Amino acid sequence: MHEWDFAATLADMDLLLLGLWNTIQVFVLALAFGVPLGLGLALGRMSRTPVLSQLCSFVIEFFRTTPPLVQLFWFFFALPILISVQMTPFVASVLTFSIQSSAFFAEIFRGGINSIDKGQWEAAKAIGMTRKASLRRIILPQAVKRMIPAFAERSIELLKTTTLISTVSYADLMFQANELASKTFRPLEVYTVVAVMYFFLILVFSQITILLEYRLAKSGEGTMR
Amino acid sequence: MTNAVEIRELHKSFGDLEVLKGIDLDVAQGEAVVLLGSSGSGKSTLLRCINFMEEPTSGRVSLNGDLIGTEQGGRMRYRESDLCQLRTRIGMVFQHFNLFPHKTVLENVMEGQVIVLGRSKAEAKEKAMAQLARVGLEEKAPEYPARLSGGQKQRVAIARALAMDPEVMLFDEVTSALDPELVGEVLKTMRQLAEEGMTMVCVTHEIGFAYHVANKVCFLHQGQILEQGAPQVVLKTPETSRVREFLEGHSLFKLPE
Ligand SMILES: Nc1ncnc2c1ncn2[C@@H]1O[C@H](COP(=O)(O)OP(=O)(O)O)[C@@H](O)[C@H]1O
Ligand SMILES: [Mg+2]
Repeated sequence: MHEWDFAATLADMDLLLLGLWNTIQVFVLALAFGVPLGLGLALGRMSRTPVLSQLCSFVIEFFRTTPPLVQLFWFFFALPILISVQMTPFVASVLTFSIQSSAFFAEIFRGGINSIDKGQWEAAKAIGMTRKASLRRIILPQAVKRMIPAFAERSIELLKTTTLISTVSYADLMFQANELASKTFRPLEVYTVVAVMYFFLILVFSQITILLEYRLAKSGEGTMR
Repeated sequence: MTNAVEIRELHKSFGDLEVLKGIDLDVAQGEAVVLLGSSGSGKSTLLRCINFMEEPTSGRVSLNGDLIGTEQGGRMRYRESDLCQLRTRIGMVFQHFNLFPHKTVLENVMEGQVIVLGRSKAEAKEKAMAQLARVGLEEKAPEYPARLSGGQKQRVAIARALAMDPEVMLFDEVTSALDPELVGEVLKTMRQLAEEGMTMVCVTHEIGFAYHVANKVCFLHQGQILEQGAPQVVLKTPETSRVREFLEGHSLFKLPE
């Protein structure tokens, strides 16, 4: 029977908290870049210009179907060779997960926009609105409400996938956990604490999205039309 | 006096399907025209060609003397920005209301005024309240559309169109999606508009409305106008058997003697 002893783990809690902070940074930046980029890709894919539409479709499908670890290694090891830039683990991580998640967000945006009744486009057009104004004022505000559950689901998936960045020696929570486990010889305790930390991080995030969903739902719209 | 709407030699095809096969139609200012015809005869398409929700394949459309588009090499060309501008001059009301569900009734009626016409919020609000009063729904201003009955939604949709100060109003079967007991309030609003001198083109199956309110009815059949004239003439003594059959089909309709 294992003798549980959290003393060593808790004594080095600051290491894990630093890792948590680094994980949060990559996660938040990937969302901050990934969501607008996803919207751009979705609009590109739905564009009436065939070249643009096909290009965006390709980017979306490529990043949805290739393993995130391969993408990460590619950005970290291959890209610096191609365009001779200084690549840090942090930059490679943010770059990879911004683009990777944008491909998924693009499909969520597209689904949300397509789910809006085409009568909404017509009504906006009939009062003289341009397509751009219709999208911004009428379609997106309604689509975003419907997207929130899928968006939350995907973001949680993203957060879990960020554990891969420990493989390029970025000091995220997972990397710090590995370090601490080999330092303390207490892997069971370390990984248990880390699992609990991920759990609470995701719990807080999903509570925020539920709150957001509730707030938006309250502002009107019970049914279509 | 120039006609509010003048349509000449209008053709419209969707791919290989020719839906409108040469329509000529004049709508005088202040006139209410009703388009009749069986399903698929092209009524909605004709209506939607007036405000360019659909671009005609060929032909000309003028609004109060302004020819829409420019002629280039024997074809009409349309710029999207010109069409957006044109649509602000024409109000359209749909069968399924299409109110913006994420906006209040007041915001629905203000939206186009502020975003498209660039009116100040204060001015837009004042005009919106005036139009809501006109359709008898002032007290619903702060509500969301989901809280309204079908008839109320449709009257809000009418107010939303009127708030743009349109030169012409288009109605496409605006009572067809309503419960029978709610049809009356919408028809009453439309009748009131017609009496106030609003130029309107209505697609409807309410033949009583056509008879009592319209100045002119047009019967569409397979993309052409088969008969047109005063409702008292076309509806009472139709020239063609096609129109006679159509009217007989509307068994609910009894013309006053
Ligand atoms: N956007 C479209 N694309 C293809 N066909 C269409 C479109 N809109 C209408 N049609 C066709 O045009 C014909 C006339 O339609 P419509 O104008 O809606 O008739 P109505 O309003 O008199 O019932 C129908 O056969 C319909 O299927
Ligand atoms: Mg129709």
